[in-house]
Amino acid sequence: MSTITQNSVPAPTTRRPVRDEMIAFALMTIVLAVVPFTGVYPFFVMQGLCFALLACAFNLLIGYGGLLSFGHAMFLGTAGYVSAHALKVWELPPELGIVAGVVAAFGLSVITGLIAIRRQGIYFAMITLALSQLLYFIYLQAPFTHGEDGIQGIPQGKMFGIIDLQHTTTLYFVILIGFLIGFLIIYRAINSPFGEVLKAIRENEPRAISLGYKTDQYKLLAFILSGTLAGFAGALKVFVAQNASLTDVHWSMSGEIVLMTLVGGLGTIFGPVVGAFVIIAMQQYLAGFGQWVTVIQGVIFVACVLTFRRGIVGEIGHYFKRSL
Amino acid sequence: MQALLAQLLVGLINGSFYALLSLGLAVIFGMLNIINFAHGALYMMGAFCAYFLLNLFGIGYWWALILAPLIVGAFGMLMERTLLQWLSGLDHLYGLLLTFGVALIIQGLFQNYFGSSGLPYAIPDELRGGVNLGFMYLPIYRGWVVAFSLVVCLLTWYLIERTRLGANLRAATENPTLVRAFGINVPRMITLTYGLGVGLAALAGVLSAPINQVRPLMGADLIIVVFAVVVIGGMGSIMGSIITGFALGVIEGLTKYFYPEASNTVVFVLMVLVLLVKPSGLTGRAT
Repeated sequence: MSTITQNSVPAPTTRRPVRDEMIAFALMTIVLAVVPFTGVYPFFVMQGLCFALLACAFNLLIGYGGLLSFGHAMFLGTAGYVSAHALKVWELPPELGIVAGVVAAFGLSVITGLIAIRRQGIYFAMITLALSQLLYFIYLQAPFTHGEDGIQGIPQGKMFGIIDLQHTTTLYFVILIGFLIGFLIIYRAINSPFGEVLKAIRENEPRAISLGYKTDQYKLLAFILSGTLAGFAGALKVFVAQNASLTDVHWSMSGEIVLMTLVGGLGTIFGPVVGAFVIIAMQQYLAGFGQWVTVIQGVIFVACVLTFRRGIVGEIGHYFKRSL
Repeated sequence: MQALLAQLLVGLINGSFYALLSLGLAVIFGMLNIINFAHGALYMMGAFCAYFLLNLFGIGYWWALILAPLIVGAFGMLMERTLLQWLSGLDHLYGLLLTFGVALIIQGLFQNYFGSSGLPYAIPDELRGGVNLGFMYLPIYRGWVVAFSLVVCLLTWYLIERTRLGANLRAATENPTLVRAFGINVPRMITLTYGLGVGLAALAGVLSAPINQVRPLMGADLIIVVFAVVVIGGMGSIMGSIITGFALGVIEGLTKYFYPEASNTVVFVLMVLVLLVKPSGLTGRAT
């Protein structure tokens, strides 16, 4: 049986294609840094950045570890709730609010990771989905989340006491820097011995075990890293949306994360970023069509799986024989 | 005491839906190696099918019980032929993703035309009312649901574990190439198996229509509980799915009586406990 990302991995190149990735990274950074000075609605791009980081974190797990988590929304939502609570009720400054959210996502990913890596493949997907639904019901009933209402009117405050996050352009660059830090951590992880072992596990786990790797530890580590960074995205998103609600924990959000990564390209470095912006843009501009958005998302899912398994970036990379 | 028994009965009814759905999932997984994420949507289509049959054609519950699984099953077979068959040989996670997409399409379409609110479906005249068992009052329809789904589950088990057709089917799961060499049409068998699994989901939908309202999202949240049931039971055996389904329904019912706050989460908590003790599931084979 072929692995899930087999179709998205471009033909092996003789030299490591670091230069292409550097150029692409520089281009991406320039484009994103120029955005606030164009006419594009900044909150749309900020939201896109949060989801892009989330999708990249998710892609670390499936694209390089071969683990399909269908419950990644739980990290987004958990970090969001904890950050929002820390900012609003405990009145912590923004930087500590983010730390609180990230720590919560870290703790959650340790616990859920230890449970979920006991099974593989579709069972892993179903377990992560069930765990996220468990959390959904807990947050629905827990008093601090305010149930259906969510936590609203979160103060943005001043980061380190000087950076005023109420100023849109300032907030934009804080979010952008957060995204770039997360992105580089993921990039570093992929291009490290750790990343190579992960890929080996994805390709053939019994072989990796026979080579002496404790594969469960590697998978758990990938899960924790992915979950924590997904939480980081959730904590940043609190500042953009200024609320934390149940939609971020619901399992349909987990499906959207999968869709973003699939559209952009599983197992590509830049794919999830492109995919996230495509899906967010689609939801933004098709919002008037009501439930048709769900139908369109379903059609994209089906089309991607049947004909377009490499995703946008994967197809481009395949065409130019480059790894992006 | 009355309330406890009532919750037990509710639990048994939910358990029969869990059993029918996880049984269908197990049958499909056995043959196609696909976790059918569209199962909840197909369950919902079964309920809507009964609703349409009654309101558009005046065809009542009893015929719907036969026709809806056939219609939705045929839809499932069409789906297998047009979409799912292209995934053979690929990682089975693609099957999960594809059926998830199909579920989104079906649910989105129904939400477009019917909103999210429920449509009523009356209990058939023959099954109205209840009987007093002395220790509790049993609404006839609820008793019927439990009994009927138990019979259907056992028939399916018999079909797969005890008949020639079932033997071929199980053989084809183990080694499709060899079974093909014996002159058995494996692709057709796969299509029919998918139809059977989908039919079971649609049947559960018809059974639930008079109890729960007919809603586009009625299957969406149920399917995740069923997934947890599948993880707890493991997909190793057909009987395992049936027993786990009913047992978890009852446990859920008991929780609703003794500690209602946990009734939504008890199945998931059990899943965690089972995974910690026996990762392969209660009846599952080790992977």
